Amino acid sequence: MTDEREDLGHNPAKQGTVPRSACVELGAGRSPFSGYVPRPAVSLRSVTVSYREHIALREVTLDIGRGDFCGVIGPNGAGKTTLLTIINGLGRIHFGTVDILGERATGTSFGRLRRRIGYVAQQERVDPRAPITCLEAVLVGRCGRAGLLRRLKESDRERARAMMELTRTSHLAARPVGQLSGGEARKIALARALVQEPEILLLDEPTSNLDPRAVRELSELVVDAYRRFNLTVVMVTHQLDHLPPVANRIIMVKNARITFTGDRTALGDARLLAELFADAA
Amino acid sequence: MPPELAVLAKPLAAAVLGGLVCGVVGVWVVLMNIPFVGVAMSHAAFAGAVTGLLLGINPLLVAAVFCLAASLLIGPMAERADIEPNVSLGIIFSVVLGFAFLAIGLMRGPRAEALNMIWGSILLVSTPDLALMAGATGAVLLFLGLFYKEIQAVLYNREIARAVGMPERALFFTMLVLCGLSVTANLGTIGGLLIFSLIVNPPSAALQLTYKLKTMYLLSALFGVLSCLVGLLVSWLTDAPAGAVIIVTSSAIFGIALLLSPKRRLAVKGARG
Repeated sequence: MTDEREDLGHNPAKQGTVPRSACVELGAGRSPFSGYVPRPAVSLRSVTVSYREHIALREVTLDIGRGDFCGVIGPNGAGKTTLLTIINGLGRIHFGTVDILGERATGTSFGRLRRRIGYVAQQERVDPRAPITCLEAVLVGRCGRAGLLRRLKESDRERARAMMELTRTSHLAARPVGQLSGGEARKIALARALVQEPEILLLDEPTSNLDPRAVRELSELVVDAYRRFNLTVVMVTHQLDHLPPVANRIIMVKNARITFTGDRTALGDARLLAELFADAA
Repeated sequence: MPPELAVLAKPLAAAVLGGLVCGVVGVWVVLMNIPFVGVAMSHAAFAGAVTGLLLGINPLLVAAVFCLAASLLIGPMAERADIEPNVSLGIIFSVVLGFAFLAIGLMRGPRAEALNMIWGSILLVSTPDLALMAGATGAVLLFLGLFYKEIQAVLYNREIARAVGMPERALFFTMLVLCGLSVTANLGTIGGLLIFSLIVNPPSAALQLTYKLKTMYLLSALFGVLSCLVGLLVSWLTDAPAGAVIIVTSSAIFGIALLLSPKRRLAVKGARG
């Protein structure tokens, strides 16, 4: 039987063979090299991000190993989304360095790196009358890899259809992308992120404002994609029960700082969670 | 060809080129929901042209410089998190309008040529004007043809276009510059104050009728050309100002499209449950 991963064009070999436990647990101010990390997927060193007077992230140092499924949790406004946006370069850092997939992320390298990073934004507002179908929206994920001045090929369309099948959205292919329910829109966004053949998948509150059934469905799809394509996943959420059981690393963010990184047993630590969400509205 | 029809050759070509290019760049303006960019840009072109007349320099050249400057200002200002995009556009709009009226106020003698830039005069289009319009139309269509998928991604969602690894910012700025170039090229025919309507009305009408981007481009261009041809014809027959008739026609097309829109019917049906 053929490996399904190869069928869908993802090559597990390119992911390397780094064990999932390669995440170094670091908080701000601690030594960044307490252990050897072979080619982490994401490496942040003393990263500070600010929007004018507001500091969104302060002196953050963090490594995320390849193949990790990291859950980023914390109260609203803690800096969780900012953490995601500096990993894919949508946010601008003021101090510090960012290394993605072994490469120093700079203004010029980010364009190339982003093609290897799938991103599902918190909410994509699309005009219901917008003249773009779901299949076209998913195909946007191929545009970066296809390159400028090159038309999308039939193989790109086949891959888009395969990812829509994987995310159980094939029936939506011809529907205008602005006319989807919340759950359908997240699935289409996931299909678009997966069609990029990403090595890192960033999910920003993918299950927020969904009904329990849609949450369960989306979580299953994310876990399926994570396993099938050997992804490194970073998922932001403020609803702890929405983190799937495969989430092996937990990153807690509060007041623009990483207050804890460790394994998922932290989710059972009532004191830690109480501290994290203390003062939260 | 009868001489009276030969006289119409240039205006007809201007009507087709103007309607076509405004229809295409209008799709970008409408789908990115930045109609105020069109307003600011058209008034920047108008201010530039009037300043050119005041200084005795080719008005279209100065209009192009003003438009380019406005588009290069609008892009970065619209992206600043600490300034609301509509506020920054409002500031640019007021500055260029101030420039325009200052230049008109400082002019000596008759101001007919300056006022002509407000209304435009498609019947008096010159060969250099036509060449500029053809150049602008060619540049827009070439850019659209070469970067169709990238433009589609930017129109869908700029943040996502950037997230998948496309040079979204460069594409967006180029689209703004091409909008400015199109406005400048049509300044003499449609007029600085009226061209904004030709950029917004045809694509808005097209958006009512289709969910396909390619069809929207085609319909928008068709409505733009139709508006210009009707404006030209009415102006030729009745001596009415062509620019004003063009705008009234494009507005009427939008009204008809809105009435016939299947999207509107769906929305009404949805509201009734």
